[in-house]
Amino acid sequence: MVSGDQAPLIRVRGLLNRFGSLTVHENLDLDLFAGEILGVVGGSGAGKSVLLRSIVGLHRFDGGTVEVFGEQLDRLSPRQRSEVERRFGVLFQRGALFTSLTVQENVALPLIEHAGLHRHDAEHLARLKLALTGLPAEAALKFPAELSGGMVKRAALARALALDPEILFLDEPTAGLDPIGAAAFDRLILTLRDALGLSIFLVTHDLDTLYSACDRVAVLARRQVLVADRLAVVEATDDDWIRDYFHGPRGRAARGTVQPPQEA
Amino acid sequence: MPTISSQPGRLEQGPDRLRITGDWTLAHHGALKKQVTAWRQQRGTAPEVDLAGLAALDTAGAALLVELIGVERLQQVTDWAPDLPQAKRALLQTVAEAMASPLTAKQRRVSPLIAFLAQTGKQVEALWQQQRMLLAFIGLTLATLAATLPRPRRWRITAMVAHIQQTGLNAVLIVSLLTFLVGAVVAFLGATVLQDFGTTIYTVHLIAYAFLREFGVMLAAVLLAGRTASAFAAQIGSMKSNEEIDAIRTLGLSPVELLVLPRVLAMMVSLPILSFIGTMTGIFGGAVVCTLMLDISSAQFLAVFERDITLRHFFIGLAKAPVFAFVIAVIGCLEGFKVSGSAQSLGEHTTSSVVQSIFMVILLDAIAAMFCMEMRW
Repeated sequence: MVSGDQAPLIRVRGLLNRFGSLTVHENLDLDLFAGEILGVVGGSGAGKSVLLRSIVGLHRFDGGTVEVFGEQLDRLSPRQRSEVERRFGVLFQRGALFTSLTVQENVALPLIEHAGLHRHDAEHLARLKLALTGLPAEAALKFPAELSGGMVKRAALARALALDPEILFLDEPTAGLDPIGAAAFDRLILTLRDALGLSIFLVTHDLDTLYSACDRVAVLARRQVLVADRLAVVEATDDDWIRDYFHGPRGRAARGTVQPPQEA
Repeated sequence: MPTISSQPGRLEQGPDRLRITGDWTLAHHGALKKQVTAWRQQRGTAPEVDLAGLAALDTAGAALLVELIGVERLQQVTDWAPDLPQAKRALLQTVAEAMASPLTAKQRRVSPLIAFLAQTGKQVEALWQQQRMLLAFIGLTLATLAATLPRPRRWRITAMVAHIQQTGLNAVLIVSLLTFLVGAVVAFLGATVLQDFGTTIYTVHLIAYAFLREFGVMLAAVLLAGRTASAFAAQIGSMKSNEEIDAIRTLGLSPVELLVLPRVLAMMVSLPILSFIGTMTGIFGGAVVCTLMLDISSAQFLAVFERDITLRHFFIGLAKAPVFAFVIAVIGCLEGFKVSGSAQSLGEHTTSSVVQSIFMVILLDAIAAMFCMEMRW
């Protein structure tokens, strides 16, 4: 999956992010290559979500460059920018489904607005996406408030997939799910990546997700990406934080149960 | 996946089988759907197809191909189209898998007449339930108040003062301006009618009766119903959807004591004060018009006022203020508690709090007016 010679889809160079006197990122470099699942880990407050928001253009960063598909989003006209934005999908941490629309309307909205489909066709396709993410047909007509946490995540994933994006951003997709639901979600991400040819930028705290789903892992600490490589390399990196993270009790447990994909 | 040189997808009838060519993507969905529908109407599904000419493919195109070729045939795509790239085969199989079970859940159809009747019934019952709930909530508030009053340590003085500032002090300017203008308008109205009878001086009585008994308190109450009831509903409503209310309960505290009592008590302090201010500025507005336009000097205005208007009218007006305040605050808080998660629900209940509280204020005022008339007060 990982190939070093091709140009990255996302290229972050020298990213700088400051909140008042607090520097969150300084001189941060990161790449996402086509077809890979990149897991981004880091302690709470390490700026994982800020990094994601900087890349997708929700947060105006203070310095450096972020290129998505070779374009700098902050330099594009609103129209061009919208065209690039259609090529990636974002799953927010808490789903961010529109509460006043039914689940299928949530997914159909980008299809109607961007692809210009008729409502009937858009809702049919929306139901297909919902089926792809493993939701039962009855869920399509429900409102987000009537769904369980896992179903909200799946519905939000279906909305992120609505326009067949090339890059999928997932912000802690398994947070708040039970272990069975989280494992199912990991498998779902893998299946969809293989079937739809997605590249996935995955922010997570979940060690199981790292071991079962990610091709590469980027460790965010001390305002930079310490290392971004295959899990085996990352684990072996000589750094206190990384050792605590991967070789703590939870890391050992996760590593013991799941074979890393590289060795499988 | 979109490509730069996009060739719209097509169906071509070859010598022995159907050829599928070009891009089957979301961008061409409309045209492709027409072709597929036309084909299926003529000849049903087409199990024998040639996918060699297929360029780009995404889930939208795959869904159309599944409709054209059939789920079962596509699930075995590896057998009959081994030349197709792995990625496309995987996509077709995944989509076929997803479409294997019906995508549309069964919905029960209801006749419009029955739906209308059912809706009417629901609305009536909701109205009834709403009034019951309001009475229950008033009871709950009063019970909590009774339980809190003898324990000064549980009085939330700070919260109450903050709410008095928001609901009272911050509304002084708008209430004064509004009542001043209405006072001027009432004076004009009175003067226009009374001039024909040559009794312009009775404009003073009109202004005095109107503002002391009704307008001062009414205008202030309606304004606060719009300004404060909605604020209470939105504050408590967003706390509700953020599970803050549940957090208060699980901490062993009472949301009514913590959130409702300070608001209700603050309103019961603010509204009488605002009513008094509104009454004064309203009469002042009338007096200004009398002086400037009607040749009734301010000394004359005050003299007539002192001679003919008894203090009783002032008390009748002001006595209504705490009642209105209580009703407005309780409705605002109750609507906040009824919010259920969605942004839509928050909007509905905020609106409902304003409509209900204005309605209740006017209803209570009408009842009070009739009562006073029968009592000859």
